[in-house]
Amino acid sequence: MTEPKIMIDLQNVSKWYKDFQVLTDCSTQIRQGEVVVVCGPSGSGKSTLIKTVNGLEPFQKGQILVDGISISDPKTNLNKLRSRVGMVFQHFELFPHLSITENLTIAQVKVLGRSEAEAKQKGLAYLDRVGLSSQANKFPAQLSGGQQQRVAIARALSMDPIAMLFDEPTSALDPEMITEVLDVMVELAREGMTMMCVTHEMGFARQVANRVIFMDQGKIVEDCTKDEFFNTQRGERAQQFLDKILH
Amino acid sequence: MEWLTAFLNDLQLSGPALWHGFTITLKVLVMATIGGILIGTLLALMRLSSIRVLNLFAQGYVNLFRSIPLLLVLMWFYFAVPFFYTALTGNYLTIDTALVSSIVAFMLFEAAYFSEIVRAGIQSIPKGQTAAAYALGMTYGQSMRLIILPQAFRKMTPLLLQQTIILFQDSTMVYAIGLLDFFRTNYVRGDLMALLTQYILFAGLVYFSVSLIATYAVKKLQRRLTV
Repeated sequence: MTEPKIMIDLQNVSKWYKDFQVLTDCSTQIRQGEVVVVCGPSGSGKSTLIKTVNGLEPFQKGQILVDGISISDPKTNLNKLRSRVGMVFQHFELFPHLSITENLTIAQVKVLGRSEAEAKQKGLAYLDRVGLSSQANKFPAQLSGGQQQRVAIARALSMDPIAMLFDEPTSALDPEMITEVLDVMVELAREGMTMMCVTHEMGFARQVANRVIFMDQGKIVEDCTKDEFFNTQRGERAQQFLDKILH
Repeated sequence: MEWLTAFLNDLQLSGPALWHGFTITLKVLVMATIGGILIGTLLALMRLSSIRVLNLFAQGYVNLFRSIPLLLVLMWFYFAVPFFYTALTGNYLTIDTALVSSIVAFMLFEAAYFSEIVRAGIQSIPKGQTAAAYALGMTYGQSMRLIILPQAFRKMTPLLLQQTIILFQDSTMVYAIGLLDFFRTNYVRGDLMALLTQYILFAGLVYFSVSLIATYAVKKLQRRLTV
């Protein structure tokens, strides 16, 4: 059996804020259908790393290929590439001045050039999949945090992405709302979506992750399969982190 | 009470002229506000841009117009525009120079103030909104036009209106270049009929009432927008 193709390929990515190095030689590959969880203490650079993947954070050294296309190549149409990669943010970032339906359709129409009707049909289908079809005409502020995040996932999926990036999707949620978001993510993972998730939800990692990346001080310290990560002795720093987070 | 009845009698005759003056004031106000907001928005975008030339231009513009008296700007345009027009084309201007100068001067002057309001408005929108727009594949123009500016303008509307009320009062300065706006119409009529005190008082009352009512309306709007 041939291995699935590499969707996200990070090669020695380094980034500095002035003199301060935030990422040091980060390399990893995510293949189609793979679910990779990125974890690590706060300030370890994991959010910065995931944001370099769709060019939201520039980097100074190294290379990132998404579906074979270089992010940093000046010839790359970055907007087009971004429209093919879904991203879910810690603070949802739904557009508060637009209704839920408009949130789902605006980029489909303006970026992908779909018709209003087609965009609406697609958006509402995904809204239904995250279990919120009754909220279509409301505004983001009328929804709970968990519901907003599910809409945000539906919004990203409406663009038919080739991969999804999750940047701490549950960190800003009340505990009772975390599950509803994780359930959607688990379902997505099981359907074969390529996913890179920055999260502290180790339950999610155990359930669906193929691999776990552990970061500390801007470096990728561990990059191994889920079983290796949870069941075998890891490096000192990762072990400390795991002991704390799993008590 | 004779001074009042004399005035009220004359007011019936001067009514149409005063109304015409008021429409001139409104014309200057509306055009200057719309133009000022458009230019101000462009300046704000330039000011926030990472392109150094644009940034410096916007900074220079705002500093320049905030550092010279409005009256001077008004006069420059009044004298300079026909001068340059004639110098460049050899023809004389046939338009109402006073009105056009007033509109252009106020537009450019207010743009400096509006740009600061718009800039603050844009900066008040969380960075994540831009990130989300970009992540969906939007260009800079799309993210500004569809996502950031609509939210920013909603937040700034009370401030922009407040600035417009100030402009409404400042527009009386067109007096200096002889434009017959509401205030100058009052002045001229009062001077002519020896009812100057009454007419000036009346003009003051009108400016006061309009501004007060508008301010009250803006406060009410602000409360509704923040809920």
